[in-house]
Amino acid sequence: MDPSFKIVIVDKNPVRAAILEDGLRDAGHVEVVHIAEMSHLLARIYAIDPDVILIDLENPSRDVLEQMFQVSRAVKRPVAMFVDQSDGASIEAAVDAGVSAYIVGGLRKERIKNILDLCISRFNAFSRLQNELDRTRSALEERKAIDRAKGILMKAKSLTEEQAYALLRKTAMNENKKIAEVAQAVITAAELFK
Amino acid sequence: MNDKRLRIGFIPLCDATALIVAVDKGFTAAEGLDVELVREVSWSNVRDKLNIGLFDAAHLIAPVAIASSLGLGHVKVPIVAPFGLGVNGNAITVSPELYAAIAAAADGDIVDPMISARALARVVASRKARGQEPLTFGMTFPFSTHNYHLRFWMAAGGVDPDEDVRMIVLPPPYMVESLANKHVDAFCVGAPWNSVAVDLGIGYILHLVSEILSRAAEKVLAVRASWSQEHPDMLRRLIRAHGRAAAFVEDAANRDEVAAMLAAPNRIGASAEVIRRALDGRLKVTPDGTVRASDRYLLIGHKGAARPDPAQAAWLYAQMVRWGQAPYSDEMLAAAKAVWRPDLYDAALPGENVTVPGEPADGIGAFTGPAFDADDIKGHLAAWKIRR
Repeated sequence: MDPSFKIVIVDKNPVRAAILEDGLRDAGHVEVVHIAEMSHLLARIYAIDPDVILIDLENPSRDVLEQMFQVSRAVKRPVAMFVDQSDGASIEAAVDAGVSAYIVGGLRKERIKNILDLCISRFNAFSRLQNELDRTRSALEERKAIDRAKGILMKAKSLTEEQAYALLRKTAMNENKKIAEVAQAVITAAELFK
Repeated sequence: MNDKRLRIGFIPLCDATALIVAVDKGFTAAEGLDVELVREVSWSNVRDKLNIGLFDAAHLIAPVAIASSLGLGHVKVPIVAPFGLGVNGNAITVSPELYAAIAAAADGDIVDPMISARALARVVASRKARGQEPLTFGMTFPFSTHNYHLRFWMAAGGVDPDEDVRMIVLPPPYMVESLANKHVDAFCVGAPWNSVAVDLGIGYILHLVSEILSRAAEKVLAVRASWSQEHPDMLRRLIRAHGRAAAFVEDAANRDEVAAMLAAPNRIGASAEVIRRALDGRLKVTPDGTVRASDRYLLIGHKGAARPDPAQAAWLYAQMVRWGQAPYSDEMLAAAKAVWRPDLYDAALPGENVTVPGEPADGIGAFTGPAFDADDIKGHLAAWKIRR
């Protein structure tokens, strides 16, 4: 890979941008700049004058970059989106991962392939992390709900903790629901009876 | 009936109404279609996801359907547009300062787009003479109606959109903020964003674009040409559901329900009252409450707006040629026209193909210049002084 590429990452998510920046630096790219502020985006990009621009697909400013394809006074160097008609799979993988790449100037497409592959893997790694975090968070919230519901049942029906949990589990099985859902229903009901 | 779930992308704008109502009011389900609406943040995303098959259909800005089919600015993927989601609906909003400057430079009522365009030319000239920065106009996409509408209007008054002012792309949700912080002096965008700027007291609606072009295709229901060939039955059902939805929207008795449906956070996510103004074509144009009403502001279904008219495709291609985005060729003109598919519309909605009286004979009805000739783009463009 040619380490002399200047790369701009346009992403409002600082964690994801850091993960990507890290990967690019590991691959030998020293000139990586992260833009998180979307106002005057084109001016910011022109000031940096990058060879490659990477942008996440959740970003409405992707349409701003499309202006760089146009021949106009405002645009200094021609820009193309990384599209290789012979390689539809890599485009799909990029869109699926949520990232898009633009090449400035006459950079050859083969030379950016590695960068795009790296982007895809880092973006996917980020969403795996995000999913794991979401799962952990919701597991924690479910645990809390079950604990609260147990407490309510123990008090209302003078049950032991084991009995309260057994009651929640039995009800969940009978109603074909998750224990956390039944627990939430108990909490809601208890609020109503307050 | 069909076990395949259809994914349809849309951008949160009032001209996605027929699509949203088709799905949320159950017209697609009644046709045996299982549709998932996917809200998107950029036209680039909608285009790419439609192109590579992540979407089966999309709410698409009309010129992008043509650009994609011709391979302009991006990968060439033939698209067909069998249903018009909206005709008109854009407006030009300017900052209070620019509004005052145009009003002061005008030699008549600036409600007349020729008066306002000439006044703009004077404002531009005097700024230039005083060494001030050129005015900046925001629009939504290089291949956008907003870009062409602004250019058509200002060029009529003698302003060269590439030489005399700056034209920049701004995502619609950023338009209002950019006007407020003086990043732009004016913008052209669809509903509800113009009204949002007026309500905040930071913008004046100078023109409804329907005052400039009485009939301008805005958004289409777009599918890949290959998809339309592989799924003719599903497409027919989809068009029919849209036809029902458009009729539902046009019935004033349903407007409150429609506005509430569109206001949902996962749909347009703006206030139902602002959306209602767009649907009713009654817009507050100045912060002090002046209302301008037009029965042409946003046409969804009525006045034959839903039936794709190839003259519209030709007009959009002509703008691409006029502003140097595309070369002219007879083949490209034919290919552009072929994107609009009234035949598919007629097959799905028989009996809806009625001539609407009072509509412009050339299909466009521009406020100035010769009548549009869809078969002679070159001759038509020769009539315009400012072009690339």
